[in-house]
Amino acid sequence: MDIRENIANTNDAVISIRGLCKAFGSNKVLDDFNMNLQKGQSKVVLGRSGSGKSVLIKCIIGLLTPEAGAINVFGQNVLNISQEELDEIRVKIGFLFQSNALYDSMTVRENLEFPMRRHSIRLSEKEANERVVEALKNVGLEHTIDMMPSELSGGMKKRIALARTLILKPDIILYDEPTTGLDPITGREITTLIKEIQHKYQTSSIIISHDMKCVKNTADSIALLLNGKCYTEGTYSELAMSDDPNVKQFFE
Amino acid sequence: MKPDKPAKQLQAFFDEAGRIARFTGWYFRQAIRPRYEFKELIRQCFIIGYQSLGLVVLTGFIMGLVLTMQLRPTLVDYGVESQIPAMVAIAVVREIGPVITALIFAGKIGSSIGAELGSMRVTEQIDAMEVSGTNPYKYLVVTRVTAATLMLPILVLLSDTISLYGAYLGVNIKTVTSPDLFIWQVFDVLDFTDLMPAFIKTFFFGFAVGMIGCYKGYNSTKGTEGVGRSANSAVVLSSVMIFIIDLLVVQVTDIMGFN
Repeated sequence: MDIRENIANTNDAVISIRGLCKAFGSNKVLDDFNMNLQKGQSKVVLGRSGSGKSVLIKCIIGLLTPEAGAINVFGQNVLNISQEELDEIRVKIGFLFQSNALYDSMTVRENLEFPMRRHSIRLSEKEANERVVEALKNVGLEHTIDMMPSELSGGMKKRIALARTLILKPDIILYDEPTTGLDPITGREITTLIKEIQHKYQTSSIIISHDMKCVKNTADSIALLLNGKCYTEGTYSELAMSDDPNVKQFFE
Repeated sequence: MKPDKPAKQLQAFFDEAGRIARFTGWYFRQAIRPRYEFKELIRQCFIIGYQSLGLVVLTGFIMGLVLTMQLRPTLVDYGVESQIPAMVAIAVVREIGPVITALIFAGKIGSSIGAELGSMRVTEQIDAMEVSGTNPYKYLVVTRVTAATLMLPILVLLSDTISLYGAYLGVNIKTVTSPDLFIWQVFDVLDFTDLMPAFIKTFFFGFAVGMIGCYKGYNSTKGTEGVGRSANSAVVLSSVMIFIIDLLVVQVTDIMGFN
């Protein structure tokens, strides 16, 4: 089935992860991990540093290959598909990298145009330019269009990276620690921007974070990753009131 | 020292050699399959060739001039001063030109590729490329290795020419030799067996510099410290590889009767 039909037919889980296992040498990072992401839902994966949160979303996007399990995105198991099919799914998934991953040798415009050109999105020069301007407007940085990444501040780089993530109008966005390394004010601005984008584009999101302010403001549901497993799930208020010491430590 | 340390070092050496061989094997598989990154290849040819131009011209000129000045006293003692152009031509075209230019190229381009790809790896730019529907090996490695392989022979030809011009000026410091006579003496002694093996080996030098620079950068780890280490080891390893390839080429051309 074509991916567009799959997206149209998906009413509930856009991502379904079953029995995911990933190890680096003898270090088991994910061990029988299970989780669902519903359409339009914003799910935060909470866990300690090194617990495997980033590994999880890198497995979803196909940057890492797990040893076992299944990751169904729009009904297709991304672990059993061809490179072409994976690329087709990647058009529908935006990924915001922790380090922004802006290409140093390209201007902001070229950074934003890169995913469109590489995914062979057929747009006229005018349409491509309009998309770049629209993405930059969404993050309030139209004036940086011809600047190099080295000329931008940390917060601006994060916004540009977010604009690049939006350029293909994805259905799902994976955020890898979006507020890490930013000052509290910029962190708050990025959190607000994430909420605005979710509202405007009706995207489903997985947010990796341990910034509890960001978690509180963005999460419809929180999954706690502990010892490679999804330890528990719930809303912010449900988990905040939990008596379980493993859960409580994140909310104190 | 632990008794098993040499064994572990030997195993690490062979592990690394195996990884480089596999990385090189990917190049041949990826280079022949579409999609072809012609635009990026041309951009890399321009960057790699243009970046090295000034340095290659300067070192080539000094190489020819100094070689002539150093040879003169000995040849004067033997009464064969007139053979300076021929001796410099043989030395520059067969050996010194390709090797010195390749070493300069390794220092300039090998380190630049190692640092650039290393920095892209640790800042997740290579991952971002993959997510953007791009095969990063094809886009970054195949283009750079091919550009290095194609550009070094051109740079060596340029360096050899500039070296001979330096040698001409060197000859004319103490005596007067016309350009016509100098050129006649140079080309009288050079033939096909001098030019071709020396020219062909520069493709291998260029390939080794590009491949090792890319390998070290592409597999960079441990943050900014790792980037520095990648750039450094790219230069060291590609310089050693240049001498190893040179040694092999001399043996092969000797067996084929070119020497």
